[in-house]
Amino acid sequence: MPSLLQGKLAVLNVGLGRFAEAISAAGGVVTHLAWTPPAHGDAGAGMALARLVNHPVIEKANQRAFDAFLAVSPVLRGVGRARTLLPKMTDRTLLHAGPPIEWARMCGPMQGAITGAILYEGWASDAESARAQAASGQIKFEPCHHHDCVGPMAGIISPSMPLWIVGDDAGRRAYSNFNEGLGKALRFGAYGTPVLSRLRWLETKLAPALESALSLVGGVELKPLMAQALLMGDEVHNRNAAASGLLLRRLASALVRSQEPSDKISEVLDFIAGNEHFFLNISMAACKLMLDAAHGVAGSSMVTAMARNGVEFGIRVSGLGERWFTANAGAVNGLYFAGYSEADAARDLGDSAITETAGLGGFSMAAAPAIVKFVGGSARDATTNSRIMRAITLGESNIFQLPALDFQGAPSGIDVRAVVDTGIEPVINTGIAHREAGVGQIGAGLTRAPLACFVQAVTALDKELSP
Amino acid sequence: MPTGQRVIRNTYRDSVSLMQISARIGALAGIRKASLVMATEGNLALLREAKLIEDTVQAASSDLLMVLEGETDEAIERAFAQADEALTGEAASTSRGPPSEISPRSIQMALKNFSEGNLALISTPGEYAAAEALKALRLGLHVMLFSDNVSIADEIMLKREAAHRGLLVMGPDCGTAIVSGIPLGFANVVPRGPVGVAGASGTGMQQVTTLLGRAGIGVSHALGTGGRDLRAEIGGATMLQAIDELAADSETRVIVLISKPPAREVAAKVLDHAQATGKPVVACFLGAEADSTQRANVTSARTLEEAASMAAALAQGLPPSHAMPESPEFGMPSIKPGQKYLRALYSGGTFCYEATLLLSSVVPYVYSNTPAGLAHELADVWRGQAHALVDLGGDEFTRGRPHPMIDHRLRNERLLREAADPEVRAILFDVVLGYGSHADPSAEMLPALEEVKRIAQRAGRTVALVGFVCGTEQDPQGLSRQETALKNAGVILASSNAQAVRMVKRIIDA
Repeated sequence: MPSLLQGKLAVLNVGLGRFAEAISAAGGVVTHLAWTPPAHGDAGAGMALARLVNHPVIEKANQRAFDAFLAVSPVLRGVGRARTLLPKMTDRTLLHAGPPIEWARMCGPMQGAITGAILYEGWASDAESARAQAASGQIKFEPCHHHDCVGPMAGIISPSMPLWIVGDDAGRRAYSNFNEGLGKALRFGAYGTPVLSRLRWLETKLAPALESALSLVGGVELKPLMAQALLMGDEVHNRNAAASGLLLRRLASALVRSQEPSDKISEVLDFIAGNEHFFLNISMAACKLMLDAAHGVAGSSMVTAMARNGVEFGIRVSGLGERWFTANAGAVNGLYFAGYSEADAARDLGDSAITETAGLGGFSMAAAPAIVKFVGGSARDATTNSRIMRAITLGESNIFQLPALDFQGAPSGIDVRAVVDTGIEPVINTGIAHREAGVGQIGAGLTRAPLACFVQAVTALDKELSP
Repeated sequence: MPTGQRVIRNTYRDSVSLMQISARIGALAGIRKASLVMATEGNLALLREAKLIEDTVQAASSDLLMVLEGETDEAIERAFAQADEALTGEAASTSRGPPSEISPRSIQMALKNFSEGNLALISTPGEYAAAEALKALRLGLHVMLFSDNVSIADEIMLKREAAHRGLLVMGPDCGTAIVSGIPLGFANVVPRGPVGVAGASGTGMQQVTTLLGRAGIGVSHALGTGGRDLRAEIGGATMLQAIDELAADSETRVIVLISKPPAREVAAKVLDHAQATGKPVVACFLGAEADSTQRANVTSARTLEEAASMAAALAQGLPPSHAMPESPEFGMPSIKPGQKYLRALYSGGTFCYEATLLLSSVVPYVYSNTPAGLAHELADVWRGQAHALVDLGGDEFTRGRPHPMIDHRLRNERLLREAADPEVRAILFDVVLGYGSHADPSAEMLPALEEVKRIAQRAGRTVALVGFVCGTEQDPQGLSRQETALKNAGVILASSNAQAVRMVKRIIDA
């Protein structure tokens, strides 16, 4: 370590601004920090954090976790049924978004979606008895994340539903359900007849067609497709227009060759073409696959999942096992469809923040400047958001590039330490569901992952690493 | 409720833009609902469901559809006009200019763009300071910890971590340092030169470095250790490292050590260490027993003034001497019977401590809020009592208030109160210049000094005002400018604290 007295003094000023001014006035080199107390002023957690800064065990573990994350090449392999694909799923299991939650505490849209899923499975014949069944304890509710799955918004996956299969050469698998399109949809808590008939159409018409198309093309490499979509103005969370189009281009010919009747093929093509979010669920599964590869590295402070159940926001951290660190889910700052306002909105909901966890969505906002308008910002705010996120990540993607930032890689691999140290909460692009069951989507906007989850994780990691 | 519909053919706008404009139009007075959408099948279905449109609308998916529901037709017309404006204005309203710079929020974040950084100067509230210091050390930075209210346990932890990494922690509660000519915290502008200082007292270091500067002798570095470093629990950890740094520094030819009396075993360890450097050492351990600092190669100074004078001599290859400069001549104030006592109002804690030591050994009935030597504890820190010396930088005065080196109000009020006491013969005060201090302290004090004279005059008395300025000509406040202003206000000026005490002694003896 070089002596303080040799070489040029260069000062980081933490606290009183006048000291930085004095150093400058005397011709010294100084940078002044916009410092605020870390961990919302919890001095104990702040000290736990300090013990983890530049910790050799964590630095090494994070390098391993981050490299593992970068190394994954997710491929869209096919389509299958949830009950067949998920070994831990029983006949009476429903998966939901976010950290674990029991029926009584679930938010309106999640209860609505569960009501719909029960009707869809035929376990009940009307909404009232479906709700009674959900409350009776006969159905197991478990997070999607506990079954290698991710689902947007309410994220309900029932045994009969078709799932996307995303896998890699190392034999990893991640799954997501199908995107039903905008408007009244199960994921936003709607469960009326059109919702249920669309779900049945997805299961009986769309899924088989896609299954045969995918077997004909032999899988779709997802990273290059997503990278291209970023260059075309998507952030592959709240904007999937380009990615959906690119996927359709890959599948169109195979769909035609799939020997399905032409009216059915045109129905399928119309559905995909008319749903700009068609790719979202695939994007989520790809991100889940990449992040799962980084999970379970002892000592790593890298976030491997962010997910919300509409009541709680939860994160999982590579070095901290299967634990969830949770805080109240926040409100979404956004724009509403005509006739709706913030007063109607459910709190932050869905597994889709897995995209931000992987460096996409809000973290890649620079690629999709239009997104920032949800909160009245400018294109410059979009690039600023991506640059700020770099302050809380371990590195940058080697594949996903942000043209507006000179093709810099997407900031990836959230470090719980950096979040707590800077107070910069991960930014998330998201949809807004109506707070009541059955209504559906009412808007979209931006929200933030609550700092409290990260503070808990830092404290837990400190405990883990303490001698 | 009237509704209105308008279709703009073959016009594409992003859905987010449209939602944004919808929200703005929907918030206009007299408008209940506003929806601007591309007229796709899906969007039309949504509008039908919201009962905003009839079943049939003559619009294609490449058309932009505006639907409004309002209280009056006029309101709807006005809203359409605004929507048109918003749609045209939209394209032109993108922000200009370069992306705003992102201020670093943490030490680690700052280092990404400031990799040359090698020292963290930390002045956060005390409860967060130790954590910031630990982070800085873990990131390979030396630390100056200006903050106080850091626990002894944390101080020990930080200094162990620092020693382990070969880094220096100056502090906690380290007010002053000068590293390679750069002032840190409260520090003066002094020329660079051969004298290196390591001190556990901020104002003590300011006194020594400014006196050296005024004598034309430069300072290589002045490293603070924090006030508790030489206590037994800490064992002089920083002082020992600072001595090593100064020993290895080729620019440093003389080393000055400054502290209140250290724990005896710590003093021995520190002096042995200093002696081993082979460089001439001046030790100014205020109030230490004379025999505790005896060492070959180590010269003991009894006052800060003496330390500066001895270091100056050694730096010039001369033998250090105990003879201090003559005090300037001044007119002895005329006094009335009963005017017996000194009241000293200090902003520098070490000055108060030094003066209390010096005075209590030669005068009875000396009181202070930080008693030293033979002095007694003040019964009430807010009131004078016999000869009373007050450190106005003490915790009891600074709680919820800026330090008296920055904010003169408390001392100005106290000046007036002491002047009104018929037993007061002299008032002594310090004026500290340099970075961190008030931009023009004499100007801040003059009205109070004038008022002191008037109060005494009205009572038919004279109160002697004795002061000294700790600073240099190069300080932002300018030494001679400050001294001239004080002299013009009738202040009897000394060149140092020790000299001021000698002059005060003559006044109270007269």
